[in-house]
Parts: sequence; C-alpha cells; structure tokens
Amino acid sequence: MRLITHNMLKCHVKNCTDPDKQFPLRFKDVQLEQIDAERNNEFLVRMLPRIDWPALSKTTKELDITLPETVPGNPEDDEEFLQALHTAILETHIKQGSMLCDGCGHEYKITNGIPNMLLAEHEI
Amino acid sequence: MKLKQLEGYLGDVAVFKEPKAQLEQYPTTAHLASRILYTAETTYGDIDGKAVVDLGCGCGVLAIAAGMMGASHVLGADIDAGALETAQANIDEFGLGDTIDLVQGSICSENDTGSLSVNKGLLLRMEQAFDTAILNPPFGTKPGNKGIDVLFLQAACMLARGAIYSLHKTSTRDYLVRKAQTWGFECEVLAELNFDIPMMYKFHKKKSVDVKVDLLRLYKKQT
Repeated sequence: MRLITHNMLKCHVKNCTDPDKQFPLRFKDVQLEQIDAERNNEFLVRMLPRIDWPALSKTTKELDITLPETVPGNPEDDEEFLQALHTAILETHIKQGSMLCDGCGHEYKITNGIPNMLLAEHEI
Repeated sequence: MKLKQLEGYLGDVAVFKEPKAQLEQYPTTAHLASRILYTAETTYGDIDGKAVVDLGCGCGVLAIAAGMMGASHVLGADIDAGALETAQANIDEFGLGDTIDLVQGSICSENDTGSLSVNKGLLLRMEQAFDTAILNPPFGTKPGNKGIDVLFLQAACMLARGAIYSLHKTSTRDYLVRKAQTWGFECEVLAELNFDIPMMYKFHKKKSVDVKVDLLRLYKKQT
C-alpha cells in the first residue's frame, strides 16, 4: 500500500467518531520500501485537491519523509514540489506493520502490503 | 496496447485457488476484462493517467487491465484474503506493483436492522477520490446478500467522479437505470453479454450456464 491509499483510510469502528483522532491512522512497526514509478505531473496536479494535506504532512513526518509543509501557489509549475509529492504518495510502499487509531486504539494490520480494514462483529 | 495484445496478456492472470460460493467468486474472463478496459480507454478516455478503483477485485484482472491501459493509480478492494493473495501475486507477476494497491475490506455492512447497506464508514474518505470505477460485483444470488449488486454500484458512484463500468444481470437493467437517476447518474448499456459460468461449485448441476449480463456505463448527469 502506498501513502496515496493510506490518505484515504480512516477508522470506522462503531462509536469511534472523532474526525481528528480516527484519521490519519498512525503507523506502527512498519517496513517501508521505495519503488520507482513513472511520474505523471498532470495526474498529480489533478489529485492534489483530493489529498488531505495536513494528514499527509503528519504521516510523512512520522515516517521521516520529506514533504513541504504547504502546497505552493502554482504546483503545476513547481517540478521540485511535484517530484517530492510523487515520491511521497506514489513511491513509498508500506509492506508490513499496522495502523493504529488514536481515537479507539483499534489496530489494522498490514500484511504483504495489504491493509486489513475488516472489523469484528462488535466493532461494526 | 492493442485489444488482442491486452487479451493475450490477461490470459495469464491466475484465478481463484479455492473459490467461495457465498462470495460469488467467479473470475472475469480475459476476453471480457480486455474489452471493458479497452473500450473505457479508447472510446471514453477513462483510464490512461487516471485514478481507478476496482470494487470486489477478486484476483485482480480488471485492476491489472486498468494498469496495462495506463492508469496512474489503481486501488483494488476485496473482502477475501485468499483472493487478495492471488491478486497480489498477479500484480507482482505483471510488474504492476508500482501502480496497483490492494485493500481488504467490506464494501457493505449490516446495519442494526440486519439489512445490508454501503459501508460508509470505510468509504467516506474515498468519496470522489477516483476518476473511474470498474467492477464485476456479486449478483446477490446467495442467502443474505440480495441487493448487494445495487450496493456495489452505489458505492462505485460515491467513489468515482467520472465514470463507472459495471456488470449486472440484464433482468435488473430497468431497475438500475432508475436507481442511477436517483443518485444523479445517467446509465447506458454498452453491451449485452452472455456470461458462461462453468461448473465451479459442488452445487452446480450443468456443465456451464449462460446468464444474460449488461455492461453498464454510468456517468454524472449534467446539471
């Protein structure tokens, strides 16, 4: 799973409703792998508004990945920014580990790059 | 990539090792998957450079086809760990690990009254995050999952801002066209097909059975 997907995952345990705590999910004991991918600037610029920037910023800091604090005014003209964004969201793979919810403590496991978002019956 | 080429490649996608009848696990053929994705890109431009989601991805054939037709990012979601394991092996085999992510989750959840609805809790942050959705959803023929085909389509409409390509029994066509309208979508039938479902499960009596299926394309109504 890459960070572009992590940016779309939130805790959905019953009664876990604080939006500030249930997203983004906090990584625990993770194994990262960086895999090159072809960059498509037009795609990145189009995806930008759909990304939760504060969440991405928080997560990349936790993982020690370089990313600007804020989105520049003209991202489409900023090659450096686009490369940093590309590497962060499309080339950073989380292979093993888990994701914790700061709200309810639920742990979502990641195995061979696939996060398990299934919940037990009492959590739905 | 030519259609025949794509179909040839997709023939190498491994299918379910131990298909589970309750989940209606039937592999989408290379023939069909190639035609859906080829049309989606060459006629409508819905794949190349786009973010694509495959709901109920199974062994990943649609997701892989999307990757081969130039999608910039693909997410495949499925409830079954076994299917996802096969899907990941397929993705690695095709060298598409740099493009396709997989997630294990349930598109539907049971609410307090015991009926199924879209799992909004899981999907909320994915709303409108994708350009295109492609799916071959369960038809809802198993006890307890009646209407699951409609819910998958509804989920796809929540997630994709551009177009949705989905397969549904022809017998549900009129109902789905009306439902799509209530969600703000137009629905066109791109093709009428015969699903040749081969004998896969112990309860299957015939060698194979033909089910009439529509390939639907949904897109947002112009306001």
